[in-house]
Amino acid sequence: MSATSPTNALSYYGRPIVKEPVWNVEIPLYFFTGGLTGASDLLALAAQLSGNQRLRTSALAVATFGTAVSPYFLIKDLGRPLRFLNMMRVVKVTSPMSVGTWIFSAESATTSIAAACRLFDVLPRVRATAQVLAGLIGPAQATYTGALVAQSVVPAWHEARRELPVLFASSAAASAGGAAAILTPTEHAGPARRLGIIGGVAELATSKLMEKRLGKLVGSVYHEGDAGKYSRLGTASTVAGTALMAFAGKRRVGALAAGALLLTGSLCERFAVYHAGKQSARDPRHTSIPQKERGGRAVTQPRSRTGNGSSPSASTR
Amino acid sequence: MKLGDGVETYGAEAQPRVGFFTDTSICIGCKACEVACKEWNLVPDDGLVWTGHSYDNTGELSANTWRHVAFIEQQAPDPIKQGKQDFRWLMESDVCKHCTHAGCLDVCPTGAIFRTEFGTVVIQDDVCNGCGYCVTACPFGVIGKRERAAASSPAAASSPAATGRTSGQSPDVLQTAVASDGLGAITKRELSGDGGMHKCTLCYDRLQDGMEPACAKACPTDSIQFGPLDELVERARERCGDLVEAGVSEARLYLADENDGIGGAGAFFLLLDEPEVYGLPPQPVVPTKNLGTIWGAAAAAAGALAVGVAAAFLGGRE
Repeated sequence: MSATSPTNALSYYGRPIVKEPVWNVEIPLYFFTGGLTGASDLLALAAQLSGNQRLRTSALAVATFGTAVSPYFLIKDLGRPLRFLNMMRVVKVTSPMSVGTWIFSAESATTSIAAACRLFDVLPRVRATAQVLAGLIGPAQATYTGALVAQSVVPAWHEARRELPVLFASSAAASAGGAAAILTPTEHAGPARRLGIIGGVAELATSKLMEKRLGKLVGSVYHEGDAGKYSRLGTASTVAGTALMAFAGKRRVGALAAGALLLTGSLCERFAVYHAGKQSARDPRHTSIPQKERGGRAVTQPRSRTGNGSSPSASTR
Repeated sequence: MKLGDGVETYGAEAQPRVGFFTDTSICIGCKACEVACKEWNLVPDDGLVWTGHSYDNTGELSANTWRHVAFIEQQAPDPIKQGKQDFRWLMESDVCKHCTHAGCLDVCPTGAIFRTEFGTVVIQDDVCNGCGYCVTACPFGVIGKRERAAASSPAAASSPAATGRTSGQSPDVLQTAVASDGLGAITKRELSGDGGMHKCTLCYDRLQDGMEPACAKACPTDSIQFGPLDELVERARERCGDLVEAGVSEARLYLADENDGIGGAGAFFLLLDEPEVYGLPPQPVVPTKNLGTIWGAAAAAAGALAVGVAAAFLGGRE
């Protein structure tokens, strides 16, 4: 860079305008395990209602696993982990993280109770109630994380606010279907296979739609760097997993491979979104160019002492 | 200017809304504001790194920089020098904007960030659990995380030269400050590596004692002016109008209009070029403005998930 800058510089020495999120890999890992938990709880409830006890047991086991590991990720990423309970001081609808804290707490409690009652074969009515509640909270658990990242100034996240919750929900469905198909004998796993296929197709379609809606500038993050890498890997895994589940899912080996591919695809999709956010926050043009195109009242130019503001854009340059 | 979100809860204890008017046309780039802020607020060092960006080795606002002076050297006629010079300096002391609609405050899940009786936005250090959500919700990139000192990594040591940024101190050395309370007792305060989020408090402690914030107090040219926000806006409009009349057609106010995307700021600026030249977002919007869309999309997605699961069970009998 020369000693002096041209007057039409679009940034301050190319520095970011908004801060890159300080979250670490625990956060996309939780997006994955949290989504898996929510969708699996709903799958378990539906299996229970349809009389498919074997599938219910698998789905409940997956949800219990997700419930068990998620708090570790959530607490580990805090700058002050010992203060994790401070999340429960308030309830704020403007903060999807606050709302999500309560959703996740309810989901964890109901899932744990249902699983424990099932394991020790006690308190059937408590178990049934807990299972129904867990299943009903499941969809909220699987989608709030999409709202969480959308409620930010990170261009790749906020500009995808309409698509991210759907993307996370379909990714959760694909992973829950895949996991249940792995753990369930094929004759009982029909709904799990179909959920995996529905989720996989929806995940692929929504991620393409999101990229398109983000436009050329911001959408380019999904073709560059780590976001591009995980996006390609995720798409390939989900395409393969969905196809395999559809054509070979009724064979045990096919179900195992398809389930593993769907889980991998879902995990990669969360990492793609995570890195896309970081990359778009780092690039000042992703913030400044869309804002300039949108316009607004942030810059005013009072011309006289009466103080009436007007846009100065015509008077400069 | 509107009252900040949440001030109404103070009732009779609410004070007039105060803030900063930073007039960059008279900033001389002395960085007295940066120093005064560091000293008064006991803000740890942010590293001494050569950035190659004019006289700016501070870089940006962060957990450990609450006032940041930007330096831009432009090959352009200096309007103040009446065209006798084809070069001009732009200098601007940046700070937290204390937004009317504050994204950081909206998303904080612990209630650590609150609106004070003066209409300013402050992080309660003893409540913040370091979740980092506020960092992603600030349209200006003001808030940062004071990384925990224990996390020592070779990557952190190698990055400063390339990026011009560093977390500052050697990661395994905890800085401590020793302060006397005047009675001989010594209190120690950990300055770095607390894992929490930090930003300008608009010197909340000084405001409560009827004093002006440290940066404004130290500013030798009154480029940083402190006072009741309504008075400042009035004064800024006059100043901007005078400059335009005097031929400085580039003069403009930034964030002084309560109809902008953040409802106007508690700290606004007189600039001599486009905001992005100073590293400021040209049209910042609080993300909460789209909260309805976001929750609506989440509700629709949850419904779609339920439909998907139902379809999986109804889709076939085997």
